[in-house]
This record gives sequence, structure tokens and C-alpha cells, in this order.
Amino acid sequence: MALLTAVLGTTHHPFYYALTNRPPEQSIPQAPEWKRKVEAYRETLTRAKPDLLVMVGSDHFHQFFLDNYPQFLIGKAPRYDATFYNEIREFGLPKYSLIGDEALSDFMLRRLMDKGFDLAMSFDLKIDHSIICPIITTRPRADLPVVPIYANIFAPPLPSPKRFYALGRAIREAIDEYPSDKRIAAIGTGHLSLELGGPRQFKETGPDPVFDRQAIEWLANGDIEAILANVTHESLEKAGNATAGFMVLILMLGIAGPIRASYVDNLDLFHTMEAYITWSPNGAA
Amino acid sequence: MSKYYVDKFLFTVDRDPELLRRYKEDARSFVATWEQSIGPKLNDGEISTVHALTDEEREALVNYDYVKLFEMGAHFFLNLTIFIALFDEDYAKKSGPLSFQREFASKLSSWIGKEYPSVAI
Repeated sequence: MALLTAVLGTTHHPFYYALTNRPPEQSIPQAPEWKRKVEAYRETLTRAKPDLLVMVGSDHFHQFFLDNYPQFLIGKAPRYDATFYNEIREFGLPKYSLIGDEALSDFMLRRLMDKGFDLAMSFDLKIDHSIICPIITTRPRADLPVVPIYANIFAPPLPSPKRFYALGRAIREAIDEYPSDKRIAAIGTGHLSLELGGPRQFKETGPDPVFDRQAIEWLANGDIEAILANVTHESLEKAGNATAGFMVLILMLGIAGPIRASYVDNLDLFHTMEAYITWSPNGAA
Repeated sequence: MSKYYVDKFLFTVDRDPELLRRYKEDARSFVATWEQSIGPKLNDGEISTVHALTDEEREALVNYDYVKLFEMGAHFFLNLTIFIALFDEDYAKKSGPLSFQREFASKLSSWIGKEYPSVAI
């Protein structure tokens, strides 16, 4: 059976690429520290020696719109183009072409349906920065096949935190049941407290640093009970209008299971706090 | 009120450099064109007759009035990115990086501590 060697749950900061690839005088003072932290985090994936990646993100109204917006979706394709025009324009992100793993996509889709999760599917999925940012930070060579999964953190009504966790658990079961000798890592990105298009955006810190520290502690301890007892759509919105992205990190904890993280780091930046969390579910890494 | 149609405007224009250019150049005439020939498109072959902008929504779009759009429940992500596309560069040249985004936030400051208008359709 396949072996899950690492689960990474992190934030996706679309400006990381631009701000760490320009001369220091044109960047922010934290850029060198940011780069060091990201490279240290990358090691947790490298040490897990993955053969393929299950990647969880969210389409930011790039391919999908409100005429047909999936709650959860899985891609199955030989390749995935990445980075949309408006992401290149706004964030200066590069284009990518990721290799797909159709066999695991197909297995995952069918196995999740057996487990009560009828995901939407796409055979022509273009990837946005929610998956390209972690490729840039944790696997910049982009040399591993991927299975992309999208979760709705944008278009209400959203699935519940409990549902995000349960889907994570089901993805984990499917990985454990996959008849293969491959080493698999799962990487998912969301947000801590975040405000976009509202009065608390682009401040010196994220909109709710108290929530951020609490959220990291919950994830570090694998404390799903505390998360589900405290986190609701309303509480997330109170921490910032785009904080629903935290639910992807709950999903990643679902893939890991309720265990302590093996690596925890964070960085306070303007506008948002970064989180870098890795769980090692089979004692690897 | 059609939040959906306002969001559709923001979505379809933000992703297309030519439409963005026309919106920036002459908002009133562009919004009229959009309502006539772009908004109704369901896909390349089909149209939808279901949605229309109200006068208030049309005026908010014509006036780049992101405060009004926020208050009407336009989606926060779309309402931010399109106006960054239109104004960020000019503001940054004049007043430094992120100056547009900070002005955007300060114009909405009366909403701090209150429940924001819902973006649910």
C-alpha cells in the first residue's frame, strides 16, 4: 500500500515569489528571513522523499464562477497548466505545467464516493496560486506528479469545518488504501486570519493575531476537538472576511489525523501571518 | 438587486486585459456595452435572460464605487482585485506601494467592528 510520509499545512502568500526574487532595496525588510523560513520548511518535504503529491487548494474565481461553483472538486488529467492572467498581473507569479497522476486521481475520486464524498470532477483543470504558491515554496522544481483537490472557501454557503475535517480523514483513508508502493505527501494551503476587500486589509499585521496564534497552537497539537468546539463560519468571519481559508488547514489536519505536528513555524508579515506546519503521520521525516 | 450580476461583471472584466482597458477608459459606455453583449452570455453559444443590474448597481460600477459595492454585498475578492488592476499602479507611482489598498481600507473604516454585508447570493 502507499505510504503517506508527510502532510504539510501552510498559508499561501502570493507575493512571496516576487518579494524574494527582487533586489533587497525593492523588497520588504523581512524578505531574507522569510526566504530562510520557507527553505527550512521545504526541507520537511524533501526529507519525506515523496514520489507524488496530493495538493489541496481553492480556486479564487479563476476557472470557476458562481454559475457553477463546486464545494469540493478533484482534477484528473495528464498535466495541469498553472497561473492565470490576473495572478501574473497582480502577483508576478510564473507559469507552470505540473505533471498529473491520473491513476491516483481516479482511485481517489471513486474511493471518496464510496466513503460518502461525491466530489465534482475536472478533466481540464488549470491550477491557481493556492497550489502554485506551495509548489514555489516547497517543491520549486515542480518535478513530482500531483493530484489537485479544490475546496470552496469563497462562495457561501460553505461546507462546515467538520465537513472539511471529515473529507481530510477520507482522503487519508484513500491514500492508505491505494495499492501502490509510492511515497505520498499531502500539501494544502489556506489562510490564518485574512481580510481582503475590507476595512482591515493590508495592515501591519493580519486582522486578528490572537486568532492566528491560537490557530497555530491547535494545529501544532493536532487538537481537532478544540478546533471543532471553537471554529464556526461566524467566528472565522469575525477574524477577517477571508479567514474561511483556515478550513483547508483543518482538512489537512484531517489527512494527518489528530496528532502533534513534527514541525511548526510562523512569520508575522504585513497583512497576514504565515504558518508552516508539517505532520509526520507514519513517523517519517 | 442582483449581487450575482455585479459579481459577474467584476469576474468577467478582471480576467480580460482588453475589457479592463475599456472599463478604465470610459466606464459608462463600457458598462452599457457589458450589459448588452457580455453580461447575458452563459457561454459562447448560449445566453441567459435571468439577471439584470439595478440602477444603483450600474451607477456604483460606472463610478468605480467600491465602497457602495462592498455595502451591496459584492464579493470581497472580486471587488478588490479589479480595482487593484485599475488603480494600484497609478497610486503606487504617486504615493508608494500599497497606497491604493490602504485608501480602500480606510474608506471602509466605519465597518470595523460591525457585521459586514453578506456576499452570499
